[in-house]
Amino acid sequence: MIQLIINGQPQQFEAPINVAQLIDHLALHGKRIAIERNGEIVPRSQFPQQMLVHGDQLEVVVAVGGG
Amino acid sequence: MDNLVIAGKTYTSRLLVGTGKYKDFNETRAAVEASGAEIITVAIRRTNIGQNAGEPNLLDVLPPSKYTLLPNTAGCYTLDDAVRTLRLARELLDGHSLVKLEVLGDPKTLYPNMVETLKAAEILIKEDFQVMVYTSDDPIIAKQLEDMGCVAVMPLASLIGSGMGILNPWNLQIIIDNAKIPVLVDAGVGTASDATIAMELGCDGVLMNTAIAAAQHPVLMASAMRKAVEAGREAYLAGRMAKKLYSASPSSPTEGVIARAEKAAKKPAGGKSK
Repeated sequence: MIQLIINGQPQQFEAPINVAQLIDHLALHGKRIAIERNGEIVPRSQFPQQMLVHGDQLEVVVAVGGG
Repeated sequence: MDNLVIAGKTYTSRLLVGTGKYKDFNETRAAVEASGAEIITVAIRRTNIGQNAGEPNLLDVLPPSKYTLLPNTAGCYTLDDAVRTLRLARELLDGHSLVKLEVLGDPKTLYPNMVETLKAAEILIKEDFQVMVYTSDDPIIAKQLEDMGCVAVMPLASLIGSGMGILNPWNLQIIIDNAKIPVLVDAGVGTASDATIAMELGCDGVLMNTAIAAAQHPVLMASAMRKAVEAGREAYLAGRMAKKLYSASPSSPTEGVIARAEKAAKKPAGGKSK
């Protein structure tokens, strides 16, 4: 069991997952998003390689209206 | 052609618009189209996890293929938050490096914290971002931002979202006179005449959001702003006449005015004429 902090909210996962699997789990596949892991950008090309570990803090962002 | 050039890229419109505060994406799109803007600002925010998975995305409505998107750091109060936000924006927009930096100092006034802004600009420029920077209207700070390598300086005309108009045209004038990079008024425009005044001062462009989005009819105001910016720019290029205090100058010829009729000149005694 691992716990990830995603956009400030803790979520538990049964088994270790990578970033691409997390995106599928969050139903964000194919969406225009960007991800930061513990303060570092995760390039899209590395989504399948980066394994997430217990305690990781993730920011998942989109573009919204703003001035 | 009289074009706006920012970081080597040419734009025909000198009006930049934000995309916040509209009632829906249809209104956002209609207002942006009516404004004629080619550069539009967007904010970067956490996605709603597990909610509204099917909801439309702003970038579907205003695609990067059609517009130059200018991600901002609205809501950031530290240089760290601002820098992280723009790194995420660059990843989100496939390496797009033109950004709007703003580091706020106070939630009540949204006045920029220039100490943090200068530090953030330095980091971002080292990381090859092209930084358009929101700044106070301090001419010395504006020059420092230019010297650091910012691609445009964007002084406030008055507080963000206040609609108070151009409160210190004299400082804007000094900033414009000193600058070799584009100067854009960012924040404070309330109505079309404000945008025109900014352009008449010699600003290279105007960035606005609330003046359009909070109008009773945003799409109509967007159209008005387009014309106001164009009118102000043309007036600036045309070069206004000198102001003459106490020295009226008739527009019509002073020669050849018909003779004064004798009768009309004789006023009845005690009569008043206007």
